[in-house]
Amino acid sequence: MFSRHSDLPFERDQSTRFLPWIVALMVFLGALMFAAALVVSDAVDTWDNSLTGRMTIQIPENETPGDTIQKLTEALQSAKDITSVRIVPDAEARALLIPWLGEGVLESGLPIPSLIDVEIDAGSRIDSVLLQARLAEIAPNVAVDDHRAWLSALIDLARTAEILAFAILALIASAAVVAVIFTTQSGLAVHAAIIELLHQMGARDSYIASQFQLQALMLSLRGGVAGAAAAVIVLLFFGWIGRGIDAAFLPSLSLSLLDWIFLLLVPAGAVTIAMLTARVTVLRALARMP
Amino acid sequence: MLRFENVGLRYGVGPEVLRDVSFALAPGSFHFLTGSSGAGKTTLLKLMYLALRPTRGLVHVFGQDVSMTPRTELPDLRQNIGVVFQDFRLINHLTAVENVALPLRVGGAKQVEIDSHVRELLSWVGLGERLDARPSTLSGGQQQRVAIARAVINRPRLLLADEPTGNVDDRIAVRLMYLFEELNKTGTTVVIATHNNALVEKFGHPILRLDDAELSVRRKLDTKETS
Repeated sequence: MFSRHSDLPFERDQSTRFLPWIVALMVFLGALMFAAALVVSDAVDTWDNSLTGRMTIQIPENETPGDTIQKLTEALQSAKDITSVRIVPDAEARALLIPWLGEGVLESGLPIPSLIDVEIDAGSRIDSVLLQARLAEIAPNVAVDDHRAWLSALIDLARTAEILAFAILALIASAAVVAVIFTTQSGLAVHAAIIELLHQMGARDSYIASQFQLQALMLSLRGGVAGAAAAVIVLLFFGWIGRGIDAAFLPSLSLSLLDWIFLLLVPAGAVTIAMLTARVTVLRALARMP
Repeated sequence: MLRFENVGLRYGVGPEVLRDVSFALAPGSFHFLTGSSGAGKTTLLKLMYLALRPTRGLVHVFGQDVSMTPRTELPDLRQNIGVVFQDFRLINHLTAVENVALPLRVGGAKQVEIDSHVRELLSWVGLGERLDARPSTLSGGQQQRVAIARAVINRPRLLLADEPTGNVDDRIAVRLMYLFEELNKTGTTVVIATHNNALVEKFGHPILRLDDAELSVRRKLDTKETS
């Protein structure tokens, strides 16, 4: 298939010389954008799964005399839609502060609030204000931390970033389409005499279009492979850097196997777009011939 | 085979370059197309090989009204029309064999079939030693023979030639005419546009004569044309 001889001397076209470079750049940028979208999407899913359906009850240290914690726990267990209540051990609570305040927090006399971790039935929505009012009857300064409030703002922001990444990807694809259209139209003009000859011999439009399509395949494949290879190197580098960053809540910069497989769609998509664009451009031009 | 009824053609808003052209070619006939330079011979040939559509009148090719034929069916008609162009129109990056093979490839013939037929025909027109030569390395006469071989390789039902003997000496010209006659004997309808009155007279086929954009059909040359 790839060694198929062409009636049109594409190798002499100056206009086609730049197409692999353009496709390589498009694929490189497209792959980075797609990877960014995948990273954000993975992060949103992780945040969503780990934090949705949870609440944390904070009781200031000076409000935990006697059986206050126990009463709060019982009140929570009896509340509707709460599936699990767990008192967070003091050591675990302090460990949560280590990334922010350092190891010294373990020995310091810093007052640490008592924490109760609450899991809510999936799909139910508990009114955190109402719950806080009920719990305040037991411990007046108790705080109900509903993760959904700030998480939903964070997820909205991440989703916006994800949409933006896909929008940029679509713009890159559009730019690739325009580049292929111009290259193909230039090829049609350069080879007009031979195309007219083939047309007169009875060549069907598809016969001529398939030659341009094959040429677009070869050029975009060359550019696509180069662009994808460059993107892989950059993404592996980012992944390597990401492994050295200890930030619990930042999205992981490493891609999963599935993400890498999805990334293959970028060069494959670029090649497909180039082929189809070339074919459609040629067919539309030939349709104007008698 | 080929019928024109009151065909007129003008380019843009210019004057008619062909006016009320009417004629019919019977299957297996042989005609010369003559006329002074600029009389419209090439334009008439273009109408015959469907490179142009008339601005008025009807063109029937192989019994089909071209104006009523869907565009998707025109390639089938064109594959049955062989054309020898005045400027040869050989493809420079292809060898002689590849140029001659084009109509067969366009028609979807198998490679084995293409190879044997093309080599045989090129040998017959005296280019057996130049099979893999590119057009730029061939003389004008050799290029013309490649162009003729390309036009006849798929045994077209209609062969149109625009000054096919213009670049060859008299001996080769006569030999090429014999090739066209051989093809004509196998049933191909032939139209040769030429200025070469000696050839027209020698072979004596009927003449389509274009003068002032109008066509007339004659059995032989006028006395003043032969003198």
